[in-house]
Amino acid sequence: MLTTLLILLPLVAALVVWAAPLPREATAALAVLVALVEVVLWAVALAGFDFGSSALQDSAQHEWFSDLGVQYLVGFYGFSLWLAGLTVVLGAAAIGYGAWAGRERSRAYFGLMLFLVGAVVGVFASQDLLLFYVFFEAMLIPIYVLVGVWGGPNRVSATVTFVIYTMAGSLLMLASIVAFGLSQGTFSLIEAGTSGNDWIFLGFTAAFAVKAPLLPFHGWLRAAYTESPPEVAALLSGVVSKAAVFGFVWIVLPHFPGPVDDWRTLLLVLAAGGLVYGSLLAFRQPDVRGVVAYSSMGQMGLITLGIFATNDLGLDGAVLHSVSHGLVSAAMFLLAGMLIERTGTDRFDRLGGLAKGRPALATLVMTVGMFTLAVPGSSNFAGEFAILAGVFDRGWGYAAVGAAAIVLAAMYTLRLVSAILHRARGEAVRDEARDLGIAELALVVPLVALLLALSVWPAAISERSFPGDAPAATISEAAP
Amino acid sequence: MILGASIATPRVDWLALSPALALLAASTICLLGAVLVPALARRAFSATVAGAGFVTAGVLAAFVFDRSPEQTLLIAESMTRDRLAALAQVVLAAAGLLAVLVSWGDRRRDHVGEYYALVAAAGGGMLFFVSAENLMTLFLGLEWFSIALYILTALDTHRKASLEAGLKYLIVGSFGSAILLFGSALTYGATGELGFNAIREAPGADEPLFVVGLALILAGLAFKASVAPFHMWTPDVYQGAPTAVTAFMSAATKAAALVVTLRVLVTAFPEQAEIWSVAVAVLAVASLVIGNLAALVQKDVKRMLAYSSVSQAGFMLIAIAANTPLGGRALLFYLIPYGAASLGAFAVVAARERELERPVTLTTMEGYGWERPFYGVAMWVFMLGFAGFPLTGGMIGKFYVFSAAYEAGWWWLVVIGVIATAVSIYYYLAVVRAMFMRPVSARADLAVAGGSPPMDPALSAAIGAAVAVTVGTFFFVEPLVELAKDAVASLPF
Repeated sequence: MLTTLLILLPLVAALVVWAAPLPREATAALAVLVALVEVVLWAVALAGFDFGSSALQDSAQHEWFSDLGVQYLVGFYGFSLWLAGLTVVLGAAAIGYGAWAGRERSRAYFGLMLFLVGAVVGVFASQDLLLFYVFFEAMLIPIYVLVGVWGGPNRVSATVTFVIYTMAGSLLMLASIVAFGLSQGTFSLIEAGTSGNDWIFLGFTAAFAVKAPLLPFHGWLRAAYTESPPEVAALLSGVVSKAAVFGFVWIVLPHFPGPVDDWRTLLLVLAAGGLVYGSLLAFRQPDVRGVVAYSSMGQMGLITLGIFATNDLGLDGAVLHSVSHGLVSAAMFLLAGMLIERTGTDRFDRLGGLAKGRPALATLVMTVGMFTLAVPGSSNFAGEFAILAGVFDRGWGYAAVGAAAIVLAAMYTLRLVSAILHRARGEAVRDEARDLGIAELALVVPLVALLLALSVWPAAISERSFPGDAPAATISEAAP
Repeated sequence: MILGASIATPRVDWLALSPALALLAASTICLLGAVLVPALARRAFSATVAGAGFVTAGVLAAFVFDRSPEQTLLIAESMTRDRLAALAQVVLAAAGLLAVLVSWGDRRRDHVGEYYALVAAAGGGMLFFVSAENLMTLFLGLEWFSIALYILTALDTHRKASLEAGLKYLIVGSFGSAILLFGSALTYGATGELGFNAIREAPGADEPLFVVGLALILAGLAFKASVAPFHMWTPDVYQGAPTAVTAFMSAATKAAALVVTLRVLVTAFPEQAEIWSVAVAVLAVASLVIGNLAALVQKDVKRMLAYSSVSQAGFMLIAIAANTPLGGRALLFYLIPYGAASLGAFAVVAARERELERPVTLTTMEGYGWERPFYGVAMWVFMLGFAGFPLTGGMIGKFYVFSAAYEAGWWWLVVIGVIATAVSIYYYLAVVRAMFMRPVSARADLAVAGGSPPMDPALSAAIGAAVAVTVGTFFFVEPLVELAKDAVASLPF
């Protein structure tokens, strides 16, 4: 019931926002309120969650069409509850940012944002393959319009590329869902067994590889992340990409153990390649959002390394790092948006010297930067460490590449921080560009606070993602 | 000598014929109205009568559906009374009703009575067509609704495009009918039978004549369903015909032709399934490829939708090629959201056309979504429905079609269908892009012709109903599939 509520509340609120002729302030207030209620609902779910149990919790079931055995089946496991939590928190921050920035056509805008949050929560909650596909695709609709209407000057071509890439991946997944579901006799992820069919496996993997994105499938990434409004980019890199994590962990690993073994080397190489290549590209970007976009690609590669290590350390680290990376990249995108509001640009050659007289901005950019480069002691460091330790089992080379990429992360992050805050004052930086205000702090500080909390206690997630102490065993047992 | 040897008159099951007869009656009354009712009240009168005819036909067909758990053959086995026919009739009647609603706002000055009479007559012909049980009634039904549509297409005599479209449709359509007739003759020659059930049981199935007959019948039906490579008339006719007529044709003609194709192939030619299922699969691929590629480059929205309807026919043919009960269900399910989205999309085009009084292209759609949010969002829903996005029945339809193909072992058809869907997204979203992602047009040439158009509640109701069906078929799959299951049970799978 709680899960259904978590999914439906934003969707219904979206319909209300679209239909009710409210003025702009009221619409924004309603959307923010719903987003906050959503966080509270999730906290209630968290409070009542039994992390020791390996059963589906807060589940709800309803027949959809029995002809092919498709049903509405939702619920949470430990790791998916964390991903859903990331979604509702970032959703609230992004909607709050939209309210702060005063988006045009507010009813359409806030409705779409709420719809997106509901759809992403649905992705992490679904336990039926077709339902998963429904939410996976439903995410695309609001993203398409949000980028296409409220985005930057090249928004139209960005949306076309994004939609074609992701749809190509997800339609291959639809073919795989048909084949897998019919051959298993059920579409339920809980009842379905394992399959050794490489083609079906590849269909699923393609969809998630595009969504993440892994190395050769990242063509949509830069345009989509930089042409989006910053808060939409925050959701895209923070939570939408995590749909790939859910898919890899809960669909691919348990149901295709044979093909995962056969293709593991390729996937690990692509993931490691993405990590290095994304980090190198991030180092070459001329603007804040470009850096965060490619850094995101690199970090998703790292997370994928942890997933396909398929051992306890790797999986625990992947979930922890998914949450930390989501918080970090969302905070970075929101900060980039605030910079753009002040200076009209996020290009490094026109910025610089912003630290002087703007302590709050400087502190936040610096802090988030430290998390991005995974300074020891941070939750990102904990996650990366667990992933690298996990993937070390599969070959020391992956771990070495991963460690090298962390150095690259330090390079591009420090370049970003110094280009914004230090150096000579950029031409776009005027005296009127003030420090962050209360409203802006209220958006970013909670994200940083959560990161700090996770740094103090990373085990909150890494020890509570999979029941018992052995995620790899849990996953292989998930398929009967 | 027995002089009074009675001439056996067949027993007539009037209930089974009543849906078609209701529309025939409506058509007659409209024609009378064209003469007797004063010009001022003529539009209201004819539209009401035609609408009432479609409602009556739909209700009667639903009643027949309820009362016909078993197939019975009527009138010397020339007609059938079964649930497949009845379900198709309900769908067609609903499409007709929506078409009447879309037509209401047409600023048509002359031929008002005739227009609605022809719409009702075309509807009646389709209802007759889907309950045909032998090759003779099949041809009769086909010609009945086709002739009405030829005239409807050319009815806007002041527009050259309309006349041209009517002529093209007449020539190409007659060619298709002739092919169907030729195929029927060859089949009759090979088996000596006309009835679908009788053909199945007749000897002589090995003759080459018979197979040629089958091929020609399939081709004839493919003309009507605008299946590639028999689709060349479609873009011109869809573009030239009055938009309300196009809306009706795109939903109803295709539905009727595909349901009949399924019935003929499965009932009369099960022995040749290995031949025709490959042929149908090839036609499906041709439609998907040609329809999609041609739609990609269209600027005129009606032409784009015409090519899109070719590619949609490809998806539905995949379901027929499966040659399984699941395939039958997939086809019947797919038709419902497809028909609603198609009618609705042309209705939105009609709305824009009436504002601008010139053709609707992607350029003239710019900013329309923000100007008329209801029509804009509705159009968006229809495009998502065509493209198979979630929260529309189009997605469930595609899922069913792919499931049917996979179950029948046609996995490569699934792959082609998936690729075709991915390509189609480009042109479906082009409409959304034009409507929402370009600035609201400040161009003087996009000013509304003759001032702000009057409210058209009938058109809005039609579009609203189409949205409700497109979205509703996503949520209420189970009841529809149950209906489709009952309907398919009347076929000898």
